[in-house]
This record gives sequence, C-alpha cells and structure tokens, in this order.
Amino acid sequence: MFDINKIRSDFPILKTKVYGKPLVYVDNAASTQKPQQVIDSISDLYSKHYANIHRGVHHLSQKSTALYEGARETVKTFINANKVEEIVFVRGTTEGINLVASSYLEPRLEPGDEILISEMEHHSNIIPWQLVAERTGALLKIIPLLENGELDLSALPDLLSPKVKLVAVTHMSNSLGTINDVSLIIEQAHDLGIPVLIDGAQSIAHMPIDVQKLDCDFFVFSGHKIYGPTGIGALYAKENHLLNMAPYQSGGDMILNVSFEKTEYNDIPYKFEAGTPNIEGTIGMAAALNYVSEVGIEAIDEYEQELLAYATQQFSEIEGLQIIGTAPNKGSIISFVLDGIHPHDVGTIMDMEGVAVRTGHHCTQPVMDCYNIPATTRVSLSFYNTMNEIDEITKAIAKVKELMG
Amino acid sequence: MSELRELYQEVILDHNKNPRNFKKLELHSHHANGHNPLCGDKLELFLEVVEGIIKDISFVGSGCAISTSSASLMTQFLKGKSIAETRHYFEHFHDLVTGKELDEEALEELGKLAVFAGVQEFPARIKCASLSWHTLINALDSVDETAATE
Repeated sequence: MFDINKIRSDFPILKTKVYGKPLVYVDNAASTQKPQQVIDSISDLYSKHYANIHRGVHHLSQKSTALYEGARETVKTFINANKVEEIVFVRGTTEGINLVASSYLEPRLEPGDEILISEMEHHSNIIPWQLVAERTGALLKIIPLLENGELDLSALPDLLSPKVKLVAVTHMSNSLGTINDVSLIIEQAHDLGIPVLIDGAQSIAHMPIDVQKLDCDFFVFSGHKIYGPTGIGALYAKENHLLNMAPYQSGGDMILNVSFEKTEYNDIPYKFEAGTPNIEGTIGMAAALNYVSEVGIEAIDEYEQELLAYATQQFSEIEGLQIIGTAPNKGSIISFVLDGIHPHDVGTIMDMEGVAVRTGHHCTQPVMDCYNIPATTRVSLSFYNTMNEIDEITKAIAKVKELMG
Repeated sequence: MSELRELYQEVILDHNKNPRNFKKLELHSHHANGHNPLCGDKLELFLEVVEGIIKDISFVGSGCAISTSSASLMTQFLKGKSIAETRHYFEHFHDLVTGKELDEEALEELGKLAVFAGVQEFPARIKCASLSWHTLINALDSVDETAATE
C-alpha cells in the first residue's frame, strides 16, 4: 500500500513554510528533494567510512571503495544492465551525453554523416551533437513534433538511412511530459544498424527502466532528478561500445600503466572515470535508488498517473488556461500558459502562495518556438505530492488571474 | 499578498495591458535589442536623439508585466530628456530596483518610476525591471548587439 504520509515524512524539506504558507514543491522536473535516507547515507559516509577509493590499502579506503563499487551494482540492478562494467559514473546526464559525443561518435563521423535527434530535446541533448557535427562536417537531423506534443514517428523511416550514425532522443520530455515510444525508435534504428542513446533524465524517476529490454545502446540519467545528490549521474553503455570507445577525460584512476612513451588504459568502466570521483554523490545516488526501489517504481508510476489525471482535469477547467503538451502517454508534467499573463508573473505570484513552479523555456527553446510561445509555467509532480496540493495549485492559479486579470 | 500588491501596482498592470510608445520608429538615430535569456523576454528599443535630446523613443517586444511596464514607463519618462540626464537616471533606477538607499531628491526625480521600488523584494525579478534600461544604455553606446541581463 502506498503510504503518502510516511513518504512525506521521509523528506524533511517538505515541512518548510514559504511566506508563512506550506511549501507545495512542484518543480521536480528541475530537481527533486532528498529523503532522510539519502541525507544519512552521505553524513554516515563522512562520519564513519570516508577515504579516497581504489588505491588505498588501509581500512577506510577499502570501506569507501566497497560502498562506491556497491553503488555501481545498485545502478546496474536499478536499470537492469547486463554487467556492472557497463555503468560509468558521470556528473550527470549532460556529461554522459558529452562523453558519448566525444568518445563514441566523433571518431566515427565523416563529413555528410547524420545525427538524428528530436524537436523536443533538452538543450543538453542538442548542443553536444551540434558541436560534434560542427567539428566533423556531419549534419543534425530532427524528428518533428506534432501539435499535441508527440513525436511524428511516421517521419522516422524517411529520416533513418545508412548516413545516420546515432539517434539520440529523450525518453520523457521535460517541458511537455510526453513519454516517447523509444522501443519503436530503437527497433527501427537497429534495423539499419544505427545505435540509439536514450536521455533518461526525466524518465528515470517515473517509470521502470530496463535497458536490456529496451535494447538501447546508451542510457543516461542524473542522480538529483531521482532524489539523489547533484553532481552525479550514470551512463549505461553496452559493453561492446565501451570496449571500442576512446577515453574521455584523462588522469588518475583511468590508467593501468603510465610511462612517458605510452600509457595503457584501465579496463572499462574505469577507463572513463578519470580522477578522484564524486564518492559521496555516488553513494548518495545509490541510497536514492534503493529508496525508490523500496517504495516501488511501479507504485510510484501508478500514483503519479493519478496525480497527473487529477491535475489535468482541474487545470482544464480554468478559463484561459491552455495545457501545452497533451500526448496520450505522459509523465507527471503539466506545462501551461494563461491568456494574457506572462509565465514569469505567474511564477512569482504562485511562489507567494507557497507553490514552487518553474517558468521559462525549460531549456527547450525549439519546443517553445514550435508552439510560438516564449515560455510556459510548469508543474512537475512527484510521488510526494498530494491531491490536496493540486487543489492548492489550482487556487494559486486563480489568485494569479485575480491579481493580473 | 501585500508584497505582491507592492510589486504589481495598478500603474504597472495598466502599462502592461496598454504599453505606451509601443511601436517601431521608422526614423531613429539609436536602436538596440534586449534579451533576458532566463525568461525569454525580448524587446527592441528605438530612439531619435537630436542635439543630445531624446526627441522620440519607442519599443516593441514581448515580456512579463514587470519588463513590459518598465519599458513603457521608461519611454514616457525619457521623452525630452538629455542623454546626460538619461545616464544619471539609469543609475538612480538601478539603485531603486536593487534596493540601494536613494535620497529624497533622487526619488522625486524618478517620479512615476518609483513604483518599481517593490521589485527589490523579488531578486528574481530585478532583471525584468532593468532590461529596458540596459537596452537603452546599449542603444546610446551604439553597441550593435543584443543587450543581455546576464
């Protein structure tokens, strides 16, 4: 049974008052709050187990190493990777994508080759490819967006060709909430032998992820969007790809042997983890994944879908409110615009009511251009939100209209 | 709610709904674009300066209530003022929205613009109020680039 009160009590920050009003935190697509279990894991590490990892022969170093490598096991299990060596720790989704762009794709690109992304990508799944394309003379191709916020996958067969060297798409849109049929994209790309990267920054916290079932080549996500710390994330890549990729950053820990004549690189995944890593972040992220597993990602998904349905229904009844992104398959994100009222004003007024929303282009300017709007107000729900909070949000929107109307 | 009323005063709401001098000036001596990348506010400012005096000034663009009303009130305020005075008012306005102490004389000089004092309570919105003014300075300096608040 999904015990919302128990869950809320796990997140100390949810007791915060903002301007004397109870905090309603619905900026979860930007970053999620942390349960006590995650906070404790980091504080325990520093109080009891901390030292640098991998090279130390002493007790604490071995303890830290065991926790750090244990975290890799946790990630492997959470996304059902085949092998633990397929998990590379990175700073976040952005770094994971940059790593694939530099180490996998760039050496394989010839002038005239193509990289296929979609119109709904976050800037961090656009710009790394744009830069690689600029450096190599490759071209960026775009899967277009339909009016309801779905990708026009009927365009896919025409866009896919042997010229395409990689497809990179988001699993779930951060500005529209759309959940993409990535299985279909992967299947069609694989028919032509084209590898696929899935940006899991949003999907990771909202639905079960099975990278073997998806059969994606690369999957990236950030710890802080799934109740873990910032500055840590993971890249999953099929072993075969990792074995054939050039190092990303270089330095300590990614080598086996160094002389001034030649360096022999470490095995995967260490080859891609130069320098002392984010030890506390990695361990905190594992604590977050364990927490989510304990609550149950299926239960989370089911509850969030109820929240989404209720919020969608409540918001739809507000006159002058238009929901941006109405795909049939959505995660718990609602972007909206209010007639004649700029989202920035909406955000400020809602904040005064204790409601933390995000306003702006959400790092998806092409999406905003597609809808011909400068920005939206975004309510992104988590499993610690409640039906009652949705009523509070609805009231706050009414306040906005009253003040600005 | 009182801070909100302080921020969204009637004059601000009025200038947001019906911005004054909201047009392009065919004849202009100075021009600049302003952009706040954080919220997507964009404005284009036109000035016709004759012998050091702002003979005409206008703007077009889209933005939040604070940035639109600030641009509108600024254009009303500056018409007929000299360039030297304008730079002086920029300093005062900047101090006003960032919460620096202004003496009575300076506050009086700013006239209607004093309604933006409420912005200082909302740090995220200071850039909205100052976008048009930064764009103005760029136009006067004839920097042929988009002014950014970043």
